[in-house]
Amino acid sequence: MTLTANETSTTGDASQPLTAQEQQWVDQFMDETTLFLGPDPAIMRSHQITSRSAYEEECISKGVDPIKVDRIRKRLAGALDEGYEMCEAMGAAPGAKWGDLTTAIYTAEGDVTYLSCHGVIAFSAILHHPIRYIMKYWKDEPTVGINPGDGFIHNDARYGNVHNTDQSMIMPIFREGKIIAWVAATIHEGENGACEPGGMPSGSETPFDDGLRMSPFKIVEKGDLRRDLLTFLQHSVRDPKLQLADLKVKIGAVQRIQERVDSIIDEVGVETFVAALRVTVEDVEQEVKRRISELPDGTVSFNQFMDSTLKENILIKFACKVTVKGDKMTVDLRGTGPEILNRAINSPLCSVKSMMMQAILAFWWPDLPRCTSAMSPIDIISDEHTWADAGYDAPMGQSLQASFRGFSALQTAFAKMQFSNPEKFSNVLAPWFNQINTFLWGGLTQHGDQVGNLCADLNGMGGGAKAFRDGEDAVSPLFCAMADTAEQEVMEEEVPFMQLVSKRIVRDNQGFGKNSGGMGYEMIVAAEGTPMWGFMTVTSGSKFSSVTGMFGGYGCSTTPLAMVKGINIYDVIRKDSSKFDLSMERIMNEQPYEGGKYTTSHMGLQFDVAKDGEMYMIAQGSGGGYGDVLERDPEAVAKDLELGRISPKVATSIYGVVWDPETFVVDQEATARLRHDSRQARIARGKPYKEFLEGYVKTEPPKDLLYYGSWGDDTEELTATHFTNNGPERVKATIDKLPLIMLPDRREVKISALEDRIRELELKHGEVVHRKS
Amino acid sequence: MRIPMTEYLIIDLDTERWNCKVCDQDLGDARGNYKEGTLVYDRDPTEIHQSILDPEKYEFTFAPDPTFCRILEFYCPGCGTQLETEYVPPGHPPTVDMLWDIDSLRETWIKRGTKPEVAINYGPGEEAVADFTPALGSYNTHNHSPHSFS
Repeated sequence: MTLTANETSTTGDASQPLTAQEQQWVDQFMDETTLFLGPDPAIMRSHQITSRSAYEEECISKGVDPIKVDRIRKRLAGALDEGYEMCEAMGAAPGAKWGDLTTAIYTAEGDVTYLSCHGVIAFSAILHHPIRYIMKYWKDEPTVGINPGDGFIHNDARYGNVHNTDQSMIMPIFREGKIIAWVAATIHEGENGACEPGGMPSGSETPFDDGLRMSPFKIVEKGDLRRDLLTFLQHSVRDPKLQLADLKVKIGAVQRIQERVDSIIDEVGVETFVAALRVTVEDVEQEVKRRISELPDGTVSFNQFMDSTLKENILIKFACKVTVKGDKMTVDLRGTGPEILNRAINSPLCSVKSMMMQAILAFWWPDLPRCTSAMSPIDIISDEHTWADAGYDAPMGQSLQASFRGFSALQTAFAKMQFSNPEKFSNVLAPWFNQINTFLWGGLTQHGDQVGNLCADLNGMGGGAKAFRDGEDAVSPLFCAMADTAEQEVMEEEVPFMQLVSKRIVRDNQGFGKNSGGMGYEMIVAAEGTPMWGFMTVTSGSKFSSVTGMFGGYGCSTTPLAMVKGINIYDVIRKDSSKFDLSMERIMNEQPYEGGKYTTSHMGLQFDVAKDGEMYMIAQGSGGGYGDVLERDPEAVAKDLELGRISPKVATSIYGVVWDPETFVVDQEATARLRHDSRQARIARGKPYKEFLEGYVKTEPPKDLLYYGSWGDDTEELTATHFTNNGPERVKATIDKLPLIMLPDRREVKISALEDRIRELELKHGEVVHRKS
Repeated sequence: MRIPMTEYLIIDLDTERWNCKVCDQDLGDARGNYKEGTLVYDRDPTEIHQSILDPEKYEFTFAPDPTFCRILEFYCPGCGTQLETEYVPPGHPPTVDMLWDIDSLRETWIKRGTKPEVAINYGPGEEAVADFTPALGSYNTHNHSPHSFS
């Protein structure tokens, strides 16, 4: 167990204390002979703000005028938004174009003081890590140092990032030889040289499959971009143009923000400026403590179960207990499943925390300045080497699988935590959809460029139902309220595939409830005219719903990946344009294209070579529903029915509504009768809780289910299946005693099963086959 | 005094009991797990999230796999309102999702000095009006709580 709030690095063995002299020798030896400066646990485990520096103390002691601080904050917000818009307008990465980025200003010690109003708020809980690393290791390092005009780049989440597709440009602000602040721009660049194009490989099996592993290093020296290092980076990724273009964009944006900061300092003076940065951070921390103290004391628990490693279906738990006591909040993640050492779903704790911050600053208290300190008063208890607190050696290519669960844990729990509190800063809300259901792609374009990136449809997540209205359809991703789903037609000029269906709502793909969750749409893509192209999908939730409902509402459907191979849809359409009436439901159920191979699978598709005109189909998910379905306004049900958003079966069997099929007029009396009967049927079939537990609860997971995590909430032991020479073996132990968890190659598993079947059939039919091994 | 803790659950600070907001059914000790006072049903998730792709042809159809996922439905025994749902693997114990410090809750509301049915809302915005008066108004007005407030 690690209590990260008070984490400090430890040295020495308590049983054999060193003398002061011995300790000095050890420290000197370690300083002079360090082999490798990996991620520093003292930096990486802490999400608290630093204490005031002597200079900050001096600046604040000269008096702080709140009005002036507010003016400085607003000027900074304007400067950061200007930098943000520069990145969005000029950025080459698809992520930049739709707003998956941020700009930020930090105190000298690296605490985020303010983030751009648009963009990804999660960065406010993460980018202090690389700055603290730079300050601790490179500031006084003779071969590095920090000078005016320098810029540091970094992407590796092990050193503090949301995930490895994001690249930062971090530059100091100097006054009189002293660092007084930092400015940074971070963009979701996508391509990073990982084992699959697009930067988020679902297929990574070692950390070295995850692509670029940039610890923070200096790539801009006194204003000049270092060509040697730039070349190394370009050489390491599939899209060298993108690497260069966005480095320049970020440098330009940061320098513009620095110009604005210069003019603020010219106006108010350095000391007032430094005081304003620090006071903002401290004020937010105090206000968060006050808001926590307004919440009712108690504990809210929420378990999530993810159904995929992105290579095979398993169930892995994300456990979370949130306890409020006075002005203290504790988030306890113990019980969460172990890291899986050859799968991409693991996340470092810092990335999980960053998505918790996304919940806090976007869904709890969106009015607060986006500061590191918004999470300072919250203790987070987590076991290292779980999949949400993975170690250095775990692959993390698709770490969003764990970190987005961190978001859902806090976003979902908060509806219960804040419900009875009169002082609310956000609406009571059901869970937001939490999977990036989109296509990643890569290969050679129609222009001969090698590329790798993704479609903006990940931004079309369905919103959770509100307590007083339905959730919005395909409204925004959980990580970026203002993100755009982009113009697919613009993308089609650059990439050799079309979205044949781009934004069609999938009927019944709804989180049912008194208020329904926002719905998701389907996407059908097919490539043509390229010698090499492929698609990937990187999400879970095909067997177990990704989000639940709230207060009696239901969660989302599961979402499949469907494919039609062996045909060219473009040829079909060219011959007969009337065949351009596509939907996943119609294509897969009617199988209209002769010779096509129609398949479904879970949503973990490793890079799959797409021949001309082969179709790949997925759908965005919906937000969770709110409240009892039998309380939904019957007129709203009839309207959904008329619009084709739900089927007659759902209207009757889920919502209990009776209507005239020709006019869609609700029969109020028959509906009331049906709903009354439905309630009585519930009372008849429901069992008293204790009796239910006796029949339902089992002492362990179903035998054939690969399950990882605590089974129930009253145990410190985790259940896991590991694979021995004798095959799978289920074990139950605390995290420190579990064996290393690695899963077998799924193709070998499949081949082995097929071989067994062949032998079974040979035996059945008496065929004797002599095989040599 | 009665405090709405969720859309359908109320804590009565005088009796220290959980109650259903819709029918006032007693659901157990407010210091404990309200689920103990409910009726529970193990729902096959394919009945709720029904297949959109043909389940005869395909393994993945938009419907959850019932060998991976069950939906526990918690009903009020008095009126049949679905108070809560929980998505769990088959046989996994239900989560104790809320435990509140009743003494602290009482102290907070006495200090607030406001009526919960008036004070509690669904958050910012003109639409976010939560009207708990039908469920709480007469009780909180006519019952004389030992911890009265103005």
